[in-house]
Amino acid sequence: MALATAQPKTTLDFGPAVALSCRECGTRYDLGPTFACVECFGPLEVAYSWNSPGFTGPSPVTRRQIESGPANIWRYRGLLPVPADVLSKPNLAPGWTKLVKADNLARELGIRSLHVKDDSGNPTHSFKDRVVAIALEAARNFGFHTLSCSSTGNLAGAVGAAAARAGLDSCVFIPSNLEEAKITMASVYGGRLVGIEGTYDEVNRFCSELIGDPLGDKWGFVNVNLRPYYGEGSKTLSYEIAEQLGWRIPDQIVVPVASGSQLTKIDKGFKELIRLGLVDDKPYKIFGAQAEGCSPVSAAFKAGHDIVQPVKPDTIAKSLAIGNPADGPYVLDIARRTGGAVEDVTDAEVVDAILLLARTEGIFAETAGGVTVGVLRKLVANGLLDPAAETVVLNTGDGLKTLDAVSAEARPTAVIRPSLDAFRAAVADNS
Amino acid sequence: MSVSVRIPTILRTYTDGVAEVNSEGATLREVLQKLEADFPGIGARILDETGKIRRFVNVYVGEEDVRFVEGLDTVTPDGAQISVIPAVAGG
Repeated sequence: MALATAQPKTTLDFGPAVALSCRECGTRYDLGPTFACVECFGPLEVAYSWNSPGFTGPSPVTRRQIESGPANIWRYRGLLPVPADVLSKPNLAPGWTKLVKADNLARELGIRSLHVKDDSGNPTHSFKDRVVAIALEAARNFGFHTLSCSSTGNLAGAVGAAAARAGLDSCVFIPSNLEEAKITMASVYGGRLVGIEGTYDEVNRFCSELIGDPLGDKWGFVNVNLRPYYGEGSKTLSYEIAEQLGWRIPDQIVVPVASGSQLTKIDKGFKELIRLGLVDDKPYKIFGAQAEGCSPVSAAFKAGHDIVQPVKPDTIAKSLAIGNPADGPYVLDIARRTGGAVEDVTDAEVVDAILLLARTEGIFAETAGGVTVGVLRKLVANGLLDPAAETVVLNTGDGLKTLDAVSAEARPTAVIRPSLDAFRAAVADNS
Repeated sequence: MSVSVRIPTILRTYTDGVAEVNSEGATLREVLQKLEADFPGIGARILDETGKIRRFVNVYVGEEDVRFVEGLDTVTPDGAQISVIPAVAGG
């Protein structure tokens, strides 16, 4: 067990962040470990000087300053709610993952220009390291001694690893029926891992109640009471994609939807880059991707609703199995505003898409990546996505975490005696 | 029916900091009406101007999210525990 080393700070240092702001009603709050508006329960998000209507610039950072920064998310620290000296603190320094030019997959799908943003390259092999890195700095600021979360798996591992590096305790909560690899990854870092007999939504509810209890005192739940800060980490996906494309926003992007937080922050990131003049203003379309067995946002989109009816998840894409997605209404708003869509695919299509991405680009995605690639293929087929436009699809996690999903399909070509004759026979059988 | 209601941190200003209060009613709607009578102002934090549960609030009767059952008309048996929880994103 790691020792708690954090001490309450007398002065908070959140870099360029100036306040928390309610996304629903705009009420502002001091920066603190809170996540819901007292007036309307709306979600709070971090506000910066450049969010103010009267902001006229200049940008607090230039392209050159960013480009001379480290090869991780801290190259964008001037746009994030973290102290300027974040580089000197122990953390996992995630990000700056590869943007893979996916010509083979593009050819197969009939798309002119396609890139895969491969976030399996992060320290714990999912995009969650980005959001946890920001939440960790908030936890340090508030003097919390324990880092915690409710998780569908990837987040639990990211929290455990970040806490270990930072010297904080951790206690993470997951549905007890998660994939074995994710359970191992979440527990290997030495913190406490608690399996809850229930769905992710029930785990989430449990954590929300724990926050109000003395048991959870001085705990930073990265996706609950630190959620406004945590969410900002997903903006770095937008920043990186734009910078890696040569400071240009893609025409279209396909993003997985669980809670919906990531998609909303990718939109926020693009809008900030435009507002700060770091990229040219241009239209872009954001598409959301869900698994059919947990598709409340896709269902609402197709029905023309602006609210999301919760569902009980039943899909192999467990990292996306959030039946009551808190940011679902915003995903609907953004998909409609940008001219995108929200689509879903079956579990069989998810497996097929994992194999397609692996076969064409050498990228082994977890089930969430199968969802985005499967939805990409479906969007092209049904004409909702323009095959002539520059497109980016996200892979948010590593296939090694969800081996069971494809283990029946990915088997040895043959098992033979060590002889050339046996190999000739096997090759002949499989040619 | 006598029930208990767990109050989220951000609404405890209405209950003098108390985390769990007693209330009464045969349905969730009646429980919330009694809650408003006991702690004026709290009802408008949970329900919007049209009287519906705000979209960023989750209400549970026992283990059940009321959106999966009868919403405000969900029956609240004697001794039921009701939880009011802000919706949070996860992952």
